[in-house]
Amino acid sequence: MSTSQAYNEEKGGSSSLGEPEYGHDPASGGIFSSDYKRHDDLKEMLDSNKDSLKLEAMKRIVAMIARGKNASDLFPAVVKNVACKNIEVKKLVYVYLVRYAEEQQDLALLSISTFQRGLKDPNQLIRASALRVLSSIRVPIIVPIMMLAIKEAASDMSPYVRKTAAHAIPKLYSLDSDQKDQLIEVIEKLLADKTTLVAGSVVMAFEEVCPERIDLIHKNYRKLCNLLIDVEEWGQVVIINMLTRYARTQFLSPNQNESLLEENAEKAFYGSDEEDAKDDKTEAASLVKRKPYVMDPDHRLLLRNTKPLLQSRNAAVVMAVAQLYFHLAPKAEVGVIAKALVRLLRSHSEVQYVVLQNVATMSIKRRGMFEPYLKSFYIRSTDPTQIKILKLEVLTNLANETNISTILREFQTYIRSMDKDFVAATIQAIGRCATNIGKVRDTCLNGLVQLLSNRDELVVAESVVVIKKLLQMQPSQHSEIIKHMAKLTDNIQVPMARASILWLIGEYCEHVPKIAPDVLRKMAKSFTNEEDIVKLQVINLAAKLYLTNSKQSKLLTQYVLNLAKYDQNYDIRDRARFIRQLIVPTEKSGALNKYAKKLFLAQKPAPILESSFKDRDHFQLGSLSHLLNAKAVGYQELPDWPDEAPDPSVRNVEVPEWTKCTSREKRKEKVEKPFYSDSEGESGPTESADSGEGSICHDVRAWASVAVGTDSLTPSLPGQHLTLGSPSEEEEEEGKKAKKKKPQRDREGGSESSSEEGSVSESSSSESDSGSDAEESQSETETKRRKTVKSSDPNRDQRHGDFCFICPGILPLPSLYPHLISSVPQVISPVFSSVKTYELLHRMTGEGLSVEYYFSRQPFAPDPHMVAVQIQFSNNTDSEVKNVRISEPKLLSGMRVQEFKEIESLAPGETTSVVMGIDFCDSTQAANFQLCTHTRQFYGAIQPPVGELMAPVFMSENEFKKEQGKLTGMSEITEKLTLPETCQSDHTIVQRVTSAANVSRVPCGADNEYRFAAKTVTSGSLVLITLEKKEGALAQLTVNSEKMVIGTMLVKDIIQALTQ
Amino acid sequence: MIHSLFLINCSGDIFLEKHWKSVVSQSVCDYFFEAQEKAVDVENVPPVISTPHHYLISIYRDKIFFVSVIQTEVPPLFVIEFLHRVADTFQDYFGECSETAIKDNVVIVYELLEEMLDNGFPLATESNILKELIKPPTILRSVVNSITGSSNVGDTLPTGQLSNIPWRRAGVKYTNNEAYFDVIEEIDAIIDKSGSTVFAEIQGVIDSCIKLSGMPDLSLSFMNPRLLDDVSFHPCIRFKRWESERVLSFIPPDGNFRLISYRVSSQNLVAIPVYVKHMISFKENSSSGRFDVTIGPKQNMGKTVEGVVMTVHMPKAVLNMNLTASQGSYTFDPVTKVLTWDVGKITPQKLPNLKGIVNLQSGAPKPEENPSLNIQFKIQQLAISGLKVNRLDMYGEKYKPFKGVKYITKAGKFQSLGSRIVLG
Repeated sequence: MSTSQAYNEEKGGSSSLGEPEYGHDPASGGIFSSDYKRHDDLKEMLDSNKDSLKLEAMKRIVAMIARGKNASDLFPAVVKNVACKNIEVKKLVYVYLVRYAEEQQDLALLSISTFQRGLKDPNQLIRASALRVLSSIRVPIIVPIMMLAIKEAASDMSPYVRKTAAHAIPKLYSLDSDQKDQLIEVIEKLLADKTTLVAGSVVMAFEEVCPERIDLIHKNYRKLCNLLIDVEEWGQVVIINMLTRYARTQFLSPNQNESLLEENAEKAFYGSDEEDAKDDKTEAASLVKRKPYVMDPDHRLLLRNTKPLLQSRNAAVVMAVAQLYFHLAPKAEVGVIAKALVRLLRSHSEVQYVVLQNVATMSIKRRGMFEPYLKSFYIRSTDPTQIKILKLEVLTNLANETNISTILREFQTYIRSMDKDFVAATIQAIGRCATNIGKVRDTCLNGLVQLLSNRDELVVAESVVVIKKLLQMQPSQHSEIIKHMAKLTDNIQVPMARASILWLIGEYCEHVPKIAPDVLRKMAKSFTNEEDIVKLQVINLAAKLYLTNSKQSKLLTQYVLNLAKYDQNYDIRDRARFIRQLIVPTEKSGALNKYAKKLFLAQKPAPILESSFKDRDHFQLGSLSHLLNAKAVGYQELPDWPDEAPDPSVRNVEVPEWTKCTSREKRKEKVEKPFYSDSEGESGPTESADSGEGSICHDVRAWASVAVGTDSLTPSLPGQHLTLGSPSEEEEEEGKKAKKKKPQRDREGGSESSSEEGSVSESSSSESDSGSDAEESQSETETKRRKTVKSSDPNRDQRHGDFCFICPGILPLPSLYPHLISSVPQVISPVFSSVKTYELLHRMTGEGLSVEYYFSRQPFAPDPHMVAVQIQFSNNTDSEVKNVRISEPKLLSGMRVQEFKEIESLAPGETTSVVMGIDFCDSTQAANFQLCTHTRQFYGAIQPPVGELMAPVFMSENEFKKEQGKLTGMSEITEKLTLPETCQSDHTIVQRVTSAANVSRVPCGADNEYRFAAKTVTSGSLVLITLEKKEGALAQLTVNSEKMVIGTMLVKDIIQALTQ
Repeated sequence: MIHSLFLINCSGDIFLEKHWKSVVSQSVCDYFFEAQEKAVDVENVPPVISTPHHYLISIYRDKIFFVSVIQTEVPPLFVIEFLHRVADTFQDYFGECSETAIKDNVVIVYELLEEMLDNGFPLATESNILKELIKPPTILRSVVNSITGSSNVGDTLPTGQLSNIPWRRAGVKYTNNEAYFDVIEEIDAIIDKSGSTVFAEIQGVIDSCIKLSGMPDLSLSFMNPRLLDDVSFHPCIRFKRWESERVLSFIPPDGNFRLISYRVSSQNLVAIPVYVKHMISFKENSSSGRFDVTIGPKQNMGKTVEGVVMTVHMPKAVLNMNLTASQGSYTFDPVTKVLTWDVGKITPQKLPNLKGIVNLQSGAPKPEENPSLNIQFKIQQLAISGLKVNRLDMYGEKYKPFKGVKYITKAGKFQSLGSRIVLG
């Protein structure tokens, strides 16, 4: 297989260590031994005119990229193929381009025009893919082009193109965040879109660009809720997460009445029955005081429409709905999510991991919900440790008085596991159960004590630590256990456990008065060999014994303190010094001495064993931040419920005036209804009359936008014939689909009014009754509709009749240009203004020969597609310079140079000038060449300012306006500017514009407007400039041109000229 | 959302990288390797790792780590689910999702990834759409391609994305129209030593293979739909029909797909089709122990239990095992301490038995734990929950399709823990 070969070759060629050479291609490793040579080979293949070779080369290059190897030096060779006919080559070139454009910005610009052409393709999929690649090229200079393209695509007829536009928004935003305001406008527009295809993508863009603009959602809220079920699964996740936040800001907490219960939840669960009853009473009392809560119908709509998605096969969707219910639903309804979440536990272990984290958080707040599924959290020996520990966490959270015995029995089997981390976690869990549920405290303690005789030291150590915590609760009853533990010090080695035992004995030395000094004696003996934490506890124990039983332990304490004084660890030395001062009475000892006993043997509160998942629910569940328990970059805080509900009427969708439409239009709507997503009409019963109206008006608006859309596109879309036909065709097809009710999806929201179902069956039965009849009437409406499309723009036919004729840019045949150009605008000689000269060769570098050039703005006679460049040679040397000529022009593809005639000789001090022609192909790339004399060669480059790439044309005002009308949309670039004081008069403005660009003024009626026209030299595309003076010094500059790159650059240049 | 993706094999080589936004250096994976080292076991690598500038979300599938780089807040499940979808797609395209398969088809892999994500946001993840965009490699096609120089990239652009049934491509044609449904049920169970069930549950899926021309509209009904407690659907299924009539009504995708997965309500008692009698004992102060396991059929509704495999993770102290199997063969891996007994079919007349001596490390203390037994099995022609497909109707097309339903019951996670047995 060729690809695999390419891949292996990649490996063979590089110096990958120890990788076996794949035998089947003997040439691979040997011949292309160095990177340089191999790339040369690829370049050759790319330059060939065989597609198969190009493809092969591209495959190899992509394999390199995949491997993480640098292939950037192939950029020029690859980019040339961007317009290749072979679709696979093209796609691979796109892959390459997107990967390396950022590094090779200048060269990447060469490809832009291909995509610009693609943006106007009649095929929606090509338009979309052009936009996709164009917006993926991270080159800041094309930001304005991208912006235009996005704006244009946002009003494209095809929902797929609009979807791509939505995808492009965050790309542009990350490239240039200054565009935010304009992008928000586009987002606002796309949010109003009615198709499911766009919804997910635009909400994603919204979340990335302007998540704080919650006001943009109001009008679209109901629509998003209704479309949700038909949106693709990834979009669903994004929309649900966004709506959760929205709902938190707009609706009241459904659990207001229960908030009191929640506060007491912990107590109520662990407490006795009497306590429970008491709580109930207080709660009931508080209920009476509050005014009754009524859920906003929009809030209900959201809950109802998301519920079916719990059945999604996509775990992310299920989780999104689950968190929505957890954060938004009334307590009584949250339970429904448990079943779905438990189902996810059957999925991949990564999914389990995330779901369990969330379940752990939920199970603290809403324990009841998972109780029926207790057994689903039982642990299997085959589970990975991290899953086991999370399940343990959930089981512990779920433990209560009724199920604790089952859980403890389960825990007992876990302790026998071979996975030691898990065993340790289980012991901790038992400890937590014991502290939380008083009833089983003794049972747990006994169980743990039994574990003290376990053969595994880790188990014993962990048990000691947990027992220590438990004993703190009621030490008096457990002196036996303390004694038992004291004996363990002989054997147990784990430092944490030893420290815990010593602490216990010290703390409760009164309960074990005989053993304690003995333990201290043993520890003093081994003091030097202990770990630091153990040493600290030994000092502690010594101090406490000294205070309670100084007779027996005085000497021992002195001894231990002396040892500690010379310890290596400064912490221990510090502690020893501190304690000695505190407990051993000396003359100097301070006032604290008499309080020593109080200090050391104070009553200490028992530790509270808490879940690490407590209070994690202040993060939105299911989010990355929740999982990490830390705020991730870009995390949107989940707002608290408002105290007062904001005005719900903001979500009402207003009815545009002209919905009071004629009967014919009404019929149209009916036909169209199934077309605009069947979920449209599904507004549930609670939504009441107003939403019914709303949905009709949606339709009308959508219909209008189709009509308006075609209309506004008319002037700019070259493939008009094709695009024009498509809307009606599309609709026709949809109409057919609508007829066959069956294939339509009718997955609708959970509870639906029966009346609607009735209507569906009704219509289908009437269809079957009079099948042909219905069809006929339908086609009738169809034709009518088409008629309206046509009649809505009476000029259209005529317009695109001459459209092809005038606008030369879209015609692929260059031979047609001269004819076209001569037929319409006349090229006129330039308007002259101050000439700017540029230096080609400085006197110093040229060893006396200096060369300057300027753009003479005269037509270049031998070839009208060339820009005339006047070159001036001056000989500043003492000797004659002979044979001045140009050689070896290095030009980018398409560029041509008409060299000047060789200058035979140039006497000292003499100056001469020649004219040469360069065809820059309408790009500002420099023409590079060598300048030769009889002795030397110099390197020279001529780079034209964009204003020199054009020649002025003469036009009347009417012609100008007509042409301008055709160059709107993508081809129009508008920029605002402030004119400085020096540049207010007509004369200066005209002069400055004409100096910046080779254009001619178009006569103009209005005195606050200036118009200029030119055409580019190579392709003859029109460039129209309009400068409109507004109030004060403000002005607006508009450039209309097929060539967007030129247009963009020209705007920049002119503004610079005007404002300087 | 998803910034970059790195594919890493078990030996820590990054063998593929793809970036959807600006390029992230491979060195970001060092954090992953660090976590991997700490985790010891591959399955204990945390799926989400936080690094100073990025977050890494990874999955482990078929000996490959799919490590994605994230820069901003995103639901972790979103990424995990997507990565699994990528792995599924590779599986679907190349027959296996392995390092070699990916390396052999690196260009197709790249093209797929390009289509599946745009700027890190999922674009086309439906297998039917992808297959129209990029044709899966077959031997025949690769031969033809190498001769004619044609490509794997479809030259017609797919229309599926534009329709409101994005999972089905248009213009499907078959000479033989067939629709097959496999009802596969798995029993998850934990059984304790005495043979009583600690936990048992039936999980099922219906996998379909639909090769029907045109735009067929199918409805599948069950004899006893109430058995299904919790169901998750392929997006093609009309939810409302299910809610109201308990009928699965859908326009199917073309080819293989999972129609639904379900859980049988836990109220129903689960019939456990096999039982295990086991006696594993280690004597105090001796370097050997006894091992005796018998497996027998139970409540199998007259069907044969086959493909029985038992695996046991023996305690660390076990050196080797000398056993005799009355049926099938056994292996013991002294490194991982895993005993595998491939039993095969169970015949009630002669119950399979495995017994013998366990040799322990001398001097090691007596292993305290009776290891848990994991059991795999299969029963053909039976859905253990009793679920039965009633009928399949087709609307929208004229021809008569060939229809077939197959039932299989398997052990899912079937385990006998510690002193108990687990099926799985």
